[in-house]
Amino acid sequence: MINDATQAGQSTEAPRGAPIAVAALRQVTKRFPGIVALDRVSLEFHAGEIHVLLGENGAGKSTLVSLLAGMQRPDEGEIVIGGLPVVIDSPRRSMDLGIGAVFQRVLLVPSLTVIENLMLGGSWLRSLARGAALRRFDELSVLLGTRIDPDAPVSGLSLGEQQQVEIMRALWRDEKLLLLDEPTSMLTPQGVADLGRMMRRLKEKGVALILVTHKLLEAYEFGDRISVLRLGKVAGDIEPQRLQTMSEAERTETVIRLMFGAADAGAVPDKGHEGELAILLGRKLRRANSVDRSKPATLSARALVTMPDFAETPLHAVSFELWAGEVLGIAGVDGNGQKHLAEVLAGQRSLRQGRLELAGSDITWGRVPERRQRGIRYVTDDRLGEGTVGTFSVATNLVLKEIGALPFWRHGISDWPLIHQSAREQILRNDIRTTSELTPVGKLSGGNVQKVLLARELDAEANVAILNKPTYGLDLHNQRLALDRIVAAAARGVAVIVISTDLDELLEISDRVGVMFQGSLAGIVENDDDAGGKVRRLMTGAAAE
Amino acid sequence: MSTRGDMAAGLKTTLQRVLIPVAMALVVGGLILLVLGKDPLDYYGFVLQRSLLRWGGAQETVTRMAPLLLIAAGLIVAFRAGIWNLGGDGQFLLAAVASAALAPALAADLPRALNLVVCMIVGALVGALWSVIPAMLKARYGINEIITTLMMSFLGTSLANVLIKLVLRDPDTTVPQTRSLGVDDRLPRLFGTTIHSGLVLAILAVILVHLMMTRTAFGLKLQVLGANRAAAVHAGLRVERLTIIAFALSAGLIGLAGAVEVLGVWGSVRADWNPAFGLLVVPLVFLARFNGYAVIGFTLFFSALMVGGESAARRVGVPQHYVLVLVALLLLFLALVEYLDQSRRKPSAA
Amino acid sequence: MSALFTEPFLVSLLFGAVTAGLPLLLAGLGEQISEKAGVLNIGLEGMMLIGAYTGFLATYHSGSFWLGFLAGGVGGMGAALIVLLLCIRKGLNQIVIGIAITVGAEGLTSLLHFVQFSRSYPRLAAAPIFAVPAFSQIPVLGQGLFSHNPLVYLSWVLVGMLTWVFRSTYLGLSLEAAGNKPAALDAAGVDVVRTRSFAVLCTGFLAGLGGAYMANVGAGLFVPFMTGGAGVIGIVLAMLARGRPLWVLIGAALFGASLAMTTALQVAGIDVPTDVVQMLPFAVVMLVLVIFARHSMLPSALGTSYVRGER
Repeated sequence: MINDATQAGQSTEAPRGAPIAVAALRQVTKRFPGIVALDRVSLEFHAGEIHVLLGENGAGKSTLVSLLAGMQRPDEGEIVIGGLPVVIDSPRRSMDLGIGAVFQRVLLVPSLTVIENLMLGGSWLRSLARGAALRRFDELSVLLGTRIDPDAPVSGLSLGEQQQVEIMRALWRDEKLLLLDEPTSMLTPQGVADLGRMMRRLKEKGVALILVTHKLLEAYEFGDRISVLRLGKVAGDIEPQRLQTMSEAERTETVIRLMFGAADAGAVPDKGHEGELAILLGRKLRRANSVDRSKPATLSARALVTMPDFAETPLHAVSFELWAGEVLGIAGVDGNGQKHLAEVLAGQRSLRQGRLELAGSDITWGRVPERRQRGIRYVTDDRLGEGTVGTFSVATNLVLKEIGALPFWRHGISDWPLIHQSAREQILRNDIRTTSELTPVGKLSGGNVQKVLLARELDAEANVAILNKPTYGLDLHNQRLALDRIVAAAARGVAVIVISTDLDELLEISDRVGVMFQGSLAGIVENDDDAGGKVRRLMTGAAAE
Repeated sequence: MSTRGDMAAGLKTTLQRVLIPVAMALVVGGLILLVLGKDPLDYYGFVLQRSLLRWGGAQETVTRMAPLLLIAAGLIVAFRAGIWNLGGDGQFLLAAVASAALAPALAADLPRALNLVVCMIVGALVGALWSVIPAMLKARYGINEIITTLMMSFLGTSLANVLIKLVLRDPDTTVPQTRSLGVDDRLPRLFGTTIHSGLVLAILAVILVHLMMTRTAFGLKLQVLGANRAAAVHAGLRVERLTIIAFALSAGLIGLAGAVEVLGVWGSVRADWNPAFGLLVVPLVFLARFNGYAVIGFTLFFSALMVGGESAARRVGVPQHYVLVLVALLLLFLALVEYLDQSRRKPSAA
Repeated sequence: MSALFTEPFLVSLLFGAVTAGLPLLLAGLGEQISEKAGVLNIGLEGMMLIGAYTGFLATYHSGSFWLGFLAGGVGGMGAALIVLLLCIRKGLNQIVIGIAITVGAEGLTSLLHFVQFSRSYPRLAAAPIFAVPAFSQIPVLGQGLFSHNPLVYLSWVLVGMLTWVFRSTYLGLSLEAAGNKPAALDAAGVDVVRTRSFAVLCTGFLAGLGGAYMANVGAGLFVPFMTGGAGVIGIVLAMLARGRPLWVLIGAALFGASLAMTTALQVAGIDVPTDVVQMLPFAVVMLVLVIFARHSMLPSALGTSYVRGER
């Protein structure tokens, strides 16, 4: 049966007796200034079951996780563990109740070793009980099928391995409920498969798993039960019985209905949502290619090498060419040199070796001001950390990269009325939702901050644009808007590079797709029908066949 | 585009945010005096009378504003750029010594105006030079400037003493000091008062700094640097250069304060003299939220407190250093009020 | 020049180095605990000063030096309480509060001293010395290193204890996590605020203790502003020591030696002006900073406050 939010969950007969509810939420509501993140949500989580919480960004999934993990407290409603209502007011309490959580951001101390991170939390005056910790580590390694050196410093592990350590930490004290918040966003396809295996082992052991994701395919692949969240409410859920017996078409239709709230089953969602659907379902809406490669390339990169720095992977001889009007997608798991690539092209990072040419002239030695002058634009993934100054107004942020230049500055004196007027125009043109041009950018929602960045960078004088994870963290509507703007810029003749961890998105808008692997460009493929498979192979380090 | 109603409300909150910390500091300070057996009303009354209500005192108060305003201008530049220039004392003192040494030597050969201008420029340069090492350490290696400027301050104070006692000493005096600059060679007085024209320079400096910060590209660049360093890099600003320039400007203004104080008031520098204005001006700049015009008002208030407090030891039995307690209380209440204000603005998210 | 390496000079230098270095050692160790946990205590100088005054008062009225040390530590903790309440619990700017504490301590202690003693500076009796049996008989080293007030020896033991705590206890792990990635510590179920509060109180105690030693043993009296930059040197020592207590000891010894140089030189019959010698420690610090500029390492979450679930 497909349950509606209005019906109480009815347990149908399961082959092995009624499933035990390890935890439940009853009419839980959580508000933040300006929005209701969770609105009277009721859910049950059962032992030995992978319960997927599916919803787009902003639907309330992460809030739910933070409530169970003790990071926040509900405003209304109650949380029930093992049949009894509880108050989870700290992570410690959450752990004591048998809940383990793995968040989207890695929460390990980089300067400590794996085993030290796992030992965090003991009573202060005791000396470290390494022996006992190592024993538990071995136990969990067997259970999860992992092979990690306990004495390795965390900073040296790959993101996938770090996540494995986090899962270990979440299960350290034999937790009964495991929360995984968007665990696959940082993993290679191989890593995703490993995670799936791990989850099944835990399931067999009787652990209740909650998997939070916005990816439909993942939900089908791993979920025994799927609950769809939409705008803070449970739009509906699909029980294990039903899920197993549905065909793909039925599943898709059901989920679409739940996510977009179409009036009746089987109705085609209206035009407005078609683009969003495409994103959701990973259907390729490939744009028509019309790149003229007969002319010389606009941007030419030869053997780019950067100096290693302690955080990101450096570049090892990256070479490529980029034509006007083309979209070059850069795929690859996060942390394989994409950040360096973006920063080098933008002028924020200097080259150790290599040569960069724009329309034939050598631009290797310039920094950001020179690159900007020549029309190179960079939309960073770190929107509030580096792309904008949160305390400054929208208007100031829109001219942030042109301080001192005409027409807003004459002889170094600022023309604030002109700056504000221009900002008002840009706000209207780009549909930036803000109270006024004077509002501090930090107060805007994520989607609107991205609109500010796109408005600022994809201006009339741009001829090369580099965008790093332009749709990350945005809801479907804003994702669509961003992708449309990027495609429009390419149509105008801008040479575009889009770096993203979302392969489907790249396959939708790119003319060619390159893959970053360990600091090198493992290969560039044309975006034809085989592109997906080739790219996935390249991402694992194998050669594309 | 705010309406009159908005402006009135804005004014009211600003007044609240300013007056409350001041009032609380005075009240708690008064309580401390009470506990120690002194009468706070006596003290405050005396301070008020001595510093503002008598003509002589009022002039002294206004004269005292000159170095404080210049230091404030220097701190505005630094703090806005995110630089904690806490080395003001060293910069001030070395500049004072330099101009005290130079002025009498040149007085014979140069017309008064030229001599004064040259010595003020030298003072500013000395102050700026004393900030070069902390500036480079911060710009190149990201070394915390709080530590380096404090260290340089201690070094500078000792160096100033060494210079006075060993190198620049006036052989005719018993107490070690630099050669004295004749009264006629000092900064000219204004309109028959005892206030020297350095005050005009100081007020001008504060206003210019304010205009620079709010109306020029350079000022905006400094603000970006101070607000978000990563964004400054991202926006293509030359962060290293800006840091060094901001440092130099800040220390230069503080050096100018030292020169002005010597050339206008004392005429010479005595060994072990250190008015230690550097840290005292910090809360004023914060209270004024880096607004130049507000700074002038606060400096007047603080000047009165200092001038009045200096003679309070004899008359009311409260030592001069009590003012430090008031400064500390000001800072504490300021920080508290800021915090309460912010947490009122965003309804709790927990 | 031969007067330089005579026994009286060396003894004076060693003895002076230990005496002058001890407050630096204690302040530096204290600051190291805070910095490890991610708290930058600019107010260290103020904590030392308050400790100096309360320690002096306690010994002056009771005659007991141990009581004085205890009072000094408690006084320092009192000042640290302000940091705890305002910075760690409320998240106010650590630098502004630190300046407030130092300036306030300077004003308050000189005010209190004036009120109690007016312009006189009463002296304490000489501090008790414990000559370590056998060791104190060694020529030069014996008199220089092993004939001190017992607090000195305890402090040396403290260096070893802290090294052990940092490396081999859960407390050490928690401190390191609090300073490098407080969110990870929170997720592991340890209260970040409590960890940092504990660190700061320890710092206050040690700084106050150092101040009390400075007043009671080092000088034998209290003079307003007497710490004269010791707290700042303590912060520098902690920064350069990169989390290792032993290096704080070495640094404190070096600075203590440069501070003790004037007296030692006078003993050797060489007359160098006090001011020049006073510049020495600060000049050395700047030199070290310039030379080792690339190597000073600070925990990444230093100076920032932690708010759970902050977006």
